[in-house]
Amino acid sequence: MMRMRAFHSDLPVVFENVSVVARSVTILENLNLSLDAGSPSVLVGPNGSGKTTFLRIAMGMIAPARGRVTYGGRAGVTPVRRAIVFQHPVMLRRTVLANIRYALASAGVPRAEWKTRAESLLDLVGVASLADRPARRLSGGEQQRVALARALARDPEILFLDEPTASLDPAATKAIEDIIGAVSARGIKVVMSTHDLGEARRIGGEIVLLHRGRVMEKADTKSFFDAPRTAEARRFIQGEILL
Amino acid sequence: MTSDVSALQLVLTADPALMAIVRLSLIVSLSAVILATLFAVPFGALIALTRFRGREIVVVVLNALMGLPPVVVGLAVYLLLSRSGPLGTFGILFTPQAMVIAQTILIAPIIAALARQTIEDLSAEYRDELAGMNVGPLKRVATLIWDGRFSLLTALLAGFGRAAAEVGAVMIVGGNIDGFTRTMTTAIALETSKGDLPLAIGLGMVLIAIVIIINALAWTMRRAGERYAG
Amino acid sequence: MITRRILFAAGAAFLVGHAVPAIAQDKSIVVASTTSTQDSGLFGHILPLFKAKTGIDVKVIALGTGQALDTARRGDADVVFVHAKAAEEKFLAEGFGVKRFPVMYNDFVLIGPKADPAGVKGTKDIVAALNTIKSKGAPFISRGDKSGTHIAEVNLWKVAGVDIAADKGSWYKEIGQGMGAALNTAAASNAYVLADRGTWLAFKNKDDLAIVVEGDKRLFNQYGVMLVNPEKHTSVKKELGQQFIDWLVSAEGQKAIADYKINGEQLFYANAHDVGA
Repeated sequence: MMRMRAFHSDLPVVFENVSVVARSVTILENLNLSLDAGSPSVLVGPNGSGKTTFLRIAMGMIAPARGRVTYGGRAGVTPVRRAIVFQHPVMLRRTVLANIRYALASAGVPRAEWKTRAESLLDLVGVASLADRPARRLSGGEQQRVALARALARDPEILFLDEPTASLDPAATKAIEDIIGAVSARGIKVVMSTHDLGEARRIGGEIVLLHRGRVMEKADTKSFFDAPRTAEARRFIQGEILL
Repeated sequence: MTSDVSALQLVLTADPALMAIVRLSLIVSLSAVILATLFAVPFGALIALTRFRGREIVVVVLNALMGLPPVVVGLAVYLLLSRSGPLGTFGILFTPQAMVIAQTILIAPIIAALARQTIEDLSAEYRDELAGMNVGPLKRVATLIWDGRFSLLTALLAGFGRAAAEVGAVMIVGGNIDGFTRTMTTAIALETSKGDLPLAIGLGMVLIAIVIIINALAWTMRRAGERYAG
Repeated sequence: MITRRILFAAGAAFLVGHAVPAIAQDKSIVVASTTSTQDSGLFGHILPLFKAKTGIDVKVIALGTGQALDTARRGDADVVFVHAKAAEEKFLAEGFGVKRFPVMYNDFVLIGPKADPAGVKGTKDIVAALNTIKSKGAPFISRGDKSGTHIAEVNLWKVAGVDIAADKGSWYKEIGQGMGAALNTAAASNAYVLADRGTWLAFKNKDDLAIVVEGDKRLFNQYGVMLVNPEKHTSVKKELGQQFIDWLVSAEGQKAIADYKINGEQLFYANAHDVGA
């Protein structure tokens, strides 16, 4: 699946004093964080802690009001090697296959390669049998899989996912988590937010706790859950509401 | 068209004068829809997708222009195309071309306003995904228009309906010339003024039937397309 | 994508294809005439004969006399064919016309409900009838559109000693439309209306209406034809237009006009050779 390309890594993704304000509400405040190559980074934290905004900035969809983000040491890099999956994916008004082909086209993949690449993507996420169905008629879980395939069509170095399983039933959730695992195993850096601490434990190589737009704690999964350093992390793990 | 003959008889025998009138009506209104679409859809997309000062006012005005009175449009175009007017040298007053121009002006706001609404709604829906796929502005417009094509088709139909039904504009700029610029609506007006009300009503029903057929065709297209694209 | 390109091309070809015949329409003239003349069906009868003889397509724009003359003033017609001598002579005096030729005449008739609420039926005196209608406040429809018929009507009121513009009551309704519309309105509201005989004979919605007054010499209605002055508008097709005028006043044209009948009744009387008509 890898293709030859002039290669400069986007990793590590480094947030330097990033602040974002919207309608006089501070969403991210002086945030410093580094996302390094390797195992998945999982963002956790209460609603409004800034997880979604963080992901969008990391993806390059919004610019910070203050501070900057560097990719592999460089600033202002276009998001060619990054891809994102949202909690509620929007299918284009076409078939599943056409959705994938659209993603391939947008990623600049030559037309001659579309057939094989689309087929392998559909196989990877397990929707090959649905290729000719109108994408909008699929179930939530199936649509999320198509969204994943679209994101992977970009052959990304980094895959961002914003609470991808929050709206899905357990079976669909497992299917998505399995794909994420497979993706990570292929060397793609996964950066994902979740509400589900169990999922964080399952996926995470490292956990990042966000609260009120700041990073409270960043640690590998085992350390985070077994020996949290901060009071907020401890209370969060125990299921308390962080205000 | 001869008198003492009902509209039904004319239809069944495919009376050549009636056929010519129906053909002209369709050609004029369909041409107007095509021309108007070429301008109106990109314009509507532009308004839908750009932010600029006074945008709200443009949207309000565009929506208001949907209600342009046909007779006013006809008068304005007449004054433009008259030999004494600025575009008189082209000599296209009292021709089907003038009728197409008038109807194009009449229905362009309808198509533009509806296109704007469709594309704006679709853009809001697709915004994140298209941004995530790093889609450039031109491709984004093309995608929105293509994915929104069925709703846009409805806008075109609305424009066609307005064009096919109006009489004020085509009467003034066309002149209702027998065998040349007489359309269904102007023929109905003429037969009414000649007192041949049954014939006028009959023609009216033929006109309605044609419009229904065109709408049915579009509906079928739309259903087939939706089954494919969802 | 290919189908879209084909559709585009087809649409463009469609439009161009229909522009071409119009441009190729060289042998044609535009004649501004009146709704009364059109509604009578005369043109349907005589124009095919003219075309057969000369190959010229006559495109008739039917308006009120005033509008027809204004259209010619703007240069949008080649020939005018109307029936209001005073207005035509004014048109000539202003330099917009070349020469006026009388063509044909018919007469006006007063139409009214068969029940005749104003009690004017049978009189040959149109002026007396109008006065009676006014004094009884019987409903009356006026074309109100500066047409030949409207001008004739206003003049008849003047002869009756009435300044109708100043003196009208709610019984007098100006509709601003053509003869057919006026007759429809009169039929629907049981009113009186002045009409030209040609339109009346051809009118199909007579309903409860009938001729109540006719034969008064003052109801005489003369039609004249003029070529629009090419010096005022170079676009005027003067050769073709003159051919039409020549044909109208020729023996052939005059016969065609006289031959036009509805239910055996002649509508127009050819009088191109009446001096002073």
